Amino acid sequence: MSQARLSPGVVPGRLTADALAANFRDVAPPLDRHEAQVAADRCYFCHDAPCVTACPTSIDIPLFIRQIATGTPDAAARTILEANIFGGMCARVCPTENLCEGACVREIAEGKPVQIGALQRYATDGLMAKGVHPFARSTPTGRRVAVVGAGPAGLACAHRLAMKGHDVVIFEAREKPGGLNEYGIASYKAVDDFAQAEVAWLLKIGGIEIRHGQRLGQDITLDGLRAEYDAVFLGMGLGGVNALRAEGEDRQHVLDAVSFIRDLRQSRDLTTLPVGRDVVVIGGGMTAVDAAVQARLLGAENVTIVYRRGQDRMSASRHEQDHATASGVRIICNAAPVALHGNGAVAEIEFAYTEDGPAGLVLTDQRFRLKADQVFRAIGQRLEGTPEGLALEGGKIAVEGPGRTSIPGVWAGGDCALGGDDLTVTAVAQGRDAAEDIDARLSGRAGDSA
Amino acid sequence: MADLRSTFIGIKSPNPFWLASAPPTDKEYNVRRAYEAGWGGVVWKTLGSEGPPVVNVNGPRYGVIHGADRRVLGINNIELITDRPLEVNLREIKSVKRDYPDRALVISLMVPCDEESWRDILHRIEDTEADGVELNFGCPHGMAERGMGSAVGQVPEYIEMVTRWVKKHSRMPCIVKLTPNITDVRKPAEAARRGGADAVSLINTINSITSVDLDLFAPQPTIDGKGSHGGYCGPAVKPIALNMVAEIARNPATAGLPISGIGGVTTWRDAAEFMALGAGNVQVCTAAMTYGFKVVQEMISGLSDYLDGHDMTLPDLIGRAVPNVCDWQDLNLNYVTKAVIDQDACIGCGRCYAACEDTSHQAIAMKPGRVFEVIEEECVACNLCVDVCPVENCITMRELEIGEIDKRTGIPRGTYANWTTHPNNPMARAAE
Repeated sequence: MSQARLSPGVVPGRLTADALAANFRDVAPPLDRHEAQVAADRCYFCHDAPCVTACPTSIDIPLFIRQIATGTPDAAARTILEANIFGGMCARVCPTENLCEGACVREIAEGKPVQIGALQRYATDGLMAKGVHPFARSTPTGRRVAVVGAGPAGLACAHRLAMKGHDVVIFEAREKPGGLNEYGIASYKAVDDFAQAEVAWLLKIGGIEIRHGQRLGQDITLDGLRAEYDAVFLGMGLGGVNALRAEGEDRQHVLDAVSFIRDLRQSRDLTTLPVGRDVVVIGGGMTAVDAAVQARLLGAENVTIVYRRGQDRMSASRHEQDHATASGVRIICNAAPVALHGNGAVAEIEFAYTEDGPAGLVLTDQRFRLKADQVFRAIGQRLEGTPEGLALEGGKIAVEGPGRTSIPGVWAGGDCALGGDDLTVTAVAQGRDAAEDIDARLSGRAGDSA
Repeated sequence: MADLRSTFIGIKSPNPFWLASAPPTDKEYNVRRAYEAGWGGVVWKTLGSEGPPVVNVNGPRYGVIHGADRRVLGINNIELITDRPLEVNLREIKSVKRDYPDRALVISLMVPCDEESWRDILHRIEDTEADGVELNFGCPHGMAERGMGSAVGQVPEYIEMVTRWVKKHSRMPCIVKLTPNITDVRKPAEAARRGGADAVSLINTINSITSVDLDLFAPQPTIDGKGSHGGYCGPAVKPIALNMVAEIARNPATAGLPISGIGGVTTWRDAAEFMALGAGNVQVCTAAMTYGFKVVQEMISGLSDYLDGHDMTLPDLIGRAVPNVCDWQDLNLNYVTKAVIDQDACIGCGRCYAACEDTSHQAIAMKPGRVFEVIEEECVACNLCVDVCPVENCITMRELEIGEIDKRTGIPRGTYANWTTHPNNPMARAAE
């Protein structure tokens, strides 16, 4: 064991390059052809299948699985991508046990659902590896649509609009497209720069221009976009991170989990990425799990997730929780941070046990401390820099139907909009549906209830 | 442990599981391994006349139909009779039989359709101490083009003629192996009996093209871009074989003629089904070719457990289902059943609904929450929902009591009545 592994504080190089490479390889390696055939054969081809109902993008799952079973995986990929242009990424990051696989009748029958996510990856990977983009643009309409944010919602919206023949300009604040697919997901879920490869493949449809370094409210304004374009779609996600509101939160090495995940994803050499020996992650969602597991994989000795409510309330799926514990992460529930101690840098974090009663969450007098030289906040994100005049609801952009905001000609979707639930697949569905509505509006076929 | 010892036309074997004349029984090495694994008997792969041995293709001999997970459901083959010298085969047969006197060893034969050829081959094998002969009138490929195999089996007069020669020139028990590539299997079986056969065995393989290579546009197995039909065997052919066995077993002209059942026997259950329909023993090939000789051990333990569980002896089983095989016109039209869905067992896949709604009688309702319910007013008891349901015993058929109203017809269930007396039958005979 290297000496660096046990070094106190936040230091790089706890593990060797080889160990890191092994730790960060594909967490769920793809099925080979035979495995896919066997897995596909388990599908019962249900009538009005519950898996389809459970999928936010309503992919025709029984059909695509049958297309795999009959030896036509490219046809399966088209079935998937017609409903969800991010079928490749969703196959990797969807909490399938809460969605399609959770609804699978074989889950009910045997506790072993059809491997829908893995099969979806098999089909979409195959088509993308061939460099085939299966969709073509309609005749150009001459209409122009501005999309804010090159994340799943914005790109799904842009792709559908481009298919319909409209020209799309995407305004993206960051230097790479992909949004949370690129910046916010554990790297072992999308290895080999998959997020960028998928966006490049998506853009083959044509008619989409991405302008980087364009932040709404700084470099562009909603009024400006409205004046220049026929329609605007807002899909910029959530820019702010919620604070712990605990004493000592400003100490050194107290970070946002999303920043840690982003830095890790963008790092070209993980041996240079510093991580603590005793890491504590505050939160109960996917981001908390992604940060905690990756801290372990970087070589942190003790990693603890602390969540303020009961385990059944964690928004991280059971599969994710199990992945965390199997990776050596400890999960403590029903505890909330009250103070971060340390001299300059954080050294300890103090928690109060909580009780979730009729009056809401109450801190009890029972306290405990965890050693912590690095703390990650993962207690949710919030909307930042919302343009004036846009009605909000519950801290998000208020929308009706397929993403119509309070301002005519402006649609919104993804995490920034009401109804977004921090899932790539939901963002894709909202972007796609908004595009259909925008297209209907632009082509004079006013959508329903417009 | 039930007594599985079998005596078939006087040939004794420790169990009723024989290996059929086929690639697995082509030579001493394989047959010794088969006996060591526990097979009760072997029908040695077909011998031809003295002279230059036959030649086989040097490309693929087998085509296959796969089920899920590449499970072998059916194989077709274009291998010919033994391509080893007659002298070698005879020496090996004698050697094996000497070392395994308790096992059955029958020699399959196929020579040109003249009395001299048959007399000669019968004399040649006399010295081997084999227990009997099986006349290969079934092989559907290659040899049939030369006037042998199924070319003989498709002409009842030839079957009778050759069988008569064999009985004239040999004292050995004689089994006539029948081809299924005919319209009515009773005719060749009757011919075999007229010729003096001690038993028939069936089925031999079925003319088939397993698949087509959609890039080469050629049947598989493909030999240099071409394919010829082969003989189909394995689990896929079992239903066809069962029917043919039953047809012979219940035909008055062949009733009581011993039958060696062949065609897709893979498990003890398959064997028991053939025997219930009248087979005195069974012959196996594809299961051994797929899994090796060890499969016989499951057949032995399974059949034994079954017999013990039903307090039956092996002879009790043979033919026990034959009286229940009848013509359609004898079926009870007043036997009324209705599908019943066990809601606790139902997993909500909706396959019963799709099948009934799209292709049958719209007798299943889909209710909120994916609850599927039978509409008795529409249910004709076709059983399709039972067949397509992935959960065993989730859907069953309930028999109406005598006198209970059939909600579909509004008529109370009556006692036994069949088509022969039905008022809609223009040929109906008045009930006596």
